[in-house]
Amino acid sequence: MGKESFLIQAIVYLSAAVVGVNLAKRLGLGSVLGYLFAGIAIGPYLLGFVGEEGKELMHVAEFGVVMMLFVIGLELEPNLLWRMRKLILGLGGVQILVTAIVLGSIAWLAGQVWQSSLVIGLILALSSTAIVMQTLSEKSLLKTKAGQSSFAVLLSQDIAVIPMLAIFPLLATQQNNVVSTSFIGHLPGWQQTLFVLAAIGGIILAGRYVVGPVFRWVAKTRQRELFMATAILLVFAIAELMIVVGLSPALGTFLAGVVLANSEYRHELESDIEPFKGLLLGLFFIAVGASINFGLIGTNPSLILALVLGLVIIKGVILYVLGYFFDIRGDQNMLFAVALAQSGEFAFVLFSFAGQYQLLDEHTISILVAVVAISMALSPLIFVLNERLIMPRFFTKRKTKRESDDIHETHPVIIAGFGRYGNIVGRFLKANGISATILDNDSDRVDLLRKFGFKVYYGDASRFDLMKAAGAESAKLIIIAMDTPEQCLQMVSMVKSHFPHLKILSRAYDRKDAYDLMEAGVDNIYRETLDSSLRMGTDALSMLGLRAYNTHRAARTFLRHDERALTELLNYRNNTSSYIKVARERITELEELILSDMKDTEITERDSGWDSDALRKAAEAKRPNIQ
Amino acid sequence: MAAVLILFAHPVYEKSKINRQLIDNIADLEQVTIHDLYEVYPDFDIDVTHEQALLLAHDIIVFHHPFYWYSVPPLLKQWIDLVLEHGWAYGRGGTQLRNKKIFNAFSSGGSFAAYQKEGHNRYTITELMAPFDQTAFLCKMTYYPPFVVHNSHLLSPEAAAAFANDYREIITGLRDGRFSEGDLVSSSYMNNLIQKPYSL
Repeated sequence: MGKESFLIQAIVYLSAAVVGVNLAKRLGLGSVLGYLFAGIAIGPYLLGFVGEEGKELMHVAEFGVVMMLFVIGLELEPNLLWRMRKLILGLGGVQILVTAIVLGSIAWLAGQVWQSSLVIGLILALSSTAIVMQTLSEKSLLKTKAGQSSFAVLLSQDIAVIPMLAIFPLLATQQNNVVSTSFIGHLPGWQQTLFVLAAIGGIILAGRYVVGPVFRWVAKTRQRELFMATAILLVFAIAELMIVVGLSPALGTFLAGVVLANSEYRHELESDIEPFKGLLLGLFFIAVGASINFGLIGTNPSLILALVLGLVIIKGVILYVLGYFFDIRGDQNMLFAVALAQSGEFAFVLFSFAGQYQLLDEHTISILVAVVAISMALSPLIFVLNERLIMPRFFTKRKTKRESDDIHETHPVIIAGFGRYGNIVGRFLKANGISATILDNDSDRVDLLRKFGFKVYYGDASRFDLMKAAGAESAKLIIIAMDTPEQCLQMVSMVKSHFPHLKILSRAYDRKDAYDLMEAGVDNIYRETLDSSLRMGTDALSMLGLRAYNTHRAARTFLRHDERALTELLNYRNNTSSYIKVARERITELEELILSDMKDTEITERDSGWDSDALRKAAEAKRPNIQ
Repeated sequence: MAAVLILFAHPVYEKSKINRQLIDNIADLEQVTIHDLYEVYPDFDIDVTHEQALLLAHDIIVFHHPFYWYSVPPLLKQWIDLVLEHGWAYGRGGTQLRNKKIFNAFSSGGSFAAYQKEGHNRYTITELMAPFDQTAFLCKMTYYPPFVVHNSHLLSPEAAAAFANDYREIITGLRDGRFSEGDLVSSSYMNNLIQKPYSL
């Protein structure tokens, strides 16, 4: 099918992506798994839309990884790197070494020579930055302790690829056979190393002194697409340079990203590259799915299965143990271990690199590539399993059991979610002598709060049994301040059906979320940005010279007006059943809001009791009679 | 039966003893609305439209408050400033409150003797009520004498309970029209109407 036009191919990939990701999302599996399944579906062993050109596609799609590393690099300011140095060097370094030694020993016991064993160990020690970062950010877990630690380890793994690429040629025993594609491949090892160092130095220097002026020059044209073109040009150029010197393009662009992290064009670059990155990464995952050699698996099913399970379990156990030594506890440690238990996309590159130097034979490579691909495909699934089966069973229950014996000292208030919103509410209540029962699903936060004497339950607050253990039956109020609107809504419906006596106070993310909560029957809704933006507006008016009390009254009036408009527009929203685009709806709503601002005489004729204009007019009307 | 609106203003209600007792003792009365201003408008953000509607729906208005610095607490003053609008309560076309009755009911730490020309407060309660009397007059309302609990910090539980009963008797009496208009206008204290006059 390789002769098909570009358009047909594009249609196959894009529709596979659209259908696959959509289905996966609906099943709660995350987009990575969707892409992977889409790839398997259109791959040579199922529908057969993609044949040999899948490999070619892989090369194109690897650019997604390249761009991803560029963006990751951009987000890494040097001081962040410095702050994470302990995790990156310590946890990351130890993880690579220990995992490489353990996996290498197994390979050695299985009959590989020590060089090959070391190569296998090192390559398989790496995890998939693409899958892990995508999954963690989709589940908003990047900011958790597990997320931060995973990020640090991935980072040190990505960096470790550089020395690996340098070491492999030195390990090679039959260097004369190397068929190198790189420009400098014919040079002796030490000269290659010199070239590599020169290229890296060049990138750093160019990033510091050349890229800035070039972007400034391009930005002057005020053509957004030209800027975008320059950004992509930059990424391509670095990638090509890296290929020329025989390094991984991903690493080069990562480095360039780090160098540019402090430049004023950082955010512009990020947002320009982002969509390409997303699409190409998707393509990359499809390619991984499509390239899984089911034929090979079919001939050696038990061997491959054993290898995959062994790989994931060994890596997971090592991660869990290391995590424990680095102070990651409970569910966070489990998450950390599960997240990084697969092998990563660099394995594909590194295996073929090792193949070039005859470090591994063809057959071993194809088996290992299949193992890596399957472990990558499995990892989003393991994530889901961990979330649905392991976490609730082993981490939530244990803690609820520990608590369930002192149910009798329940508090009148339950706070569900103690993140950046809930913590303010909780602290305020505590400062006023009201203790609350707090439910939160971040175990580190839970431990910290317990130290300060808060009564905290770890776990998913929207679970009925946990709420019951937290004393929901005798409490009066529930404050819902969970991180996402979906969680809040889920919580509301659970409380409404099982604990109808509880008064609900819910945080709302925005107007739309407020509508959803109103429709769910919540009376007390607090839009999280409303009060602070009004305070900001008040200060702005004051700085323009308006009197403070006047602006304060204006904000109060506006707030009241806005709350009223919210209830009125709720009906309006229900009537427009024809809304198609969310954005369109928002615009109409904003228009409607502004109109109602202008119509409300309360806003324009505020506090007329203090306004002497009316009195002055009345007095002036009387004057002719007096004279 | 007349409708009575108690505009209750107490910034630290939770700490008050006598006012809580007074309010509790009339809470169950029919046709009596207790409007706890500090509870409804903690941010002084008075809903003028709502307040005016409340006034229209009642015949007798009571400013019920502790007597701070010879006057009402600030929220009640804010209420007066904003709700009694020109063109609505007074001035040209301001006839909405015509013929309604209004008076103050308050507790005061000072004794009856202190509120005499010779006492250390130098003015009588009647004199000090002049701003409210005049406010009522400007709004074409009838100003009744105040119901006063003197020595509010020194009351024994029995005395406090007695005042609470007096208050209830007065509010029901006004609601049911049991007092003569002549007595109401001429008395110096509402307390006199139920034969509980203060004396030196």
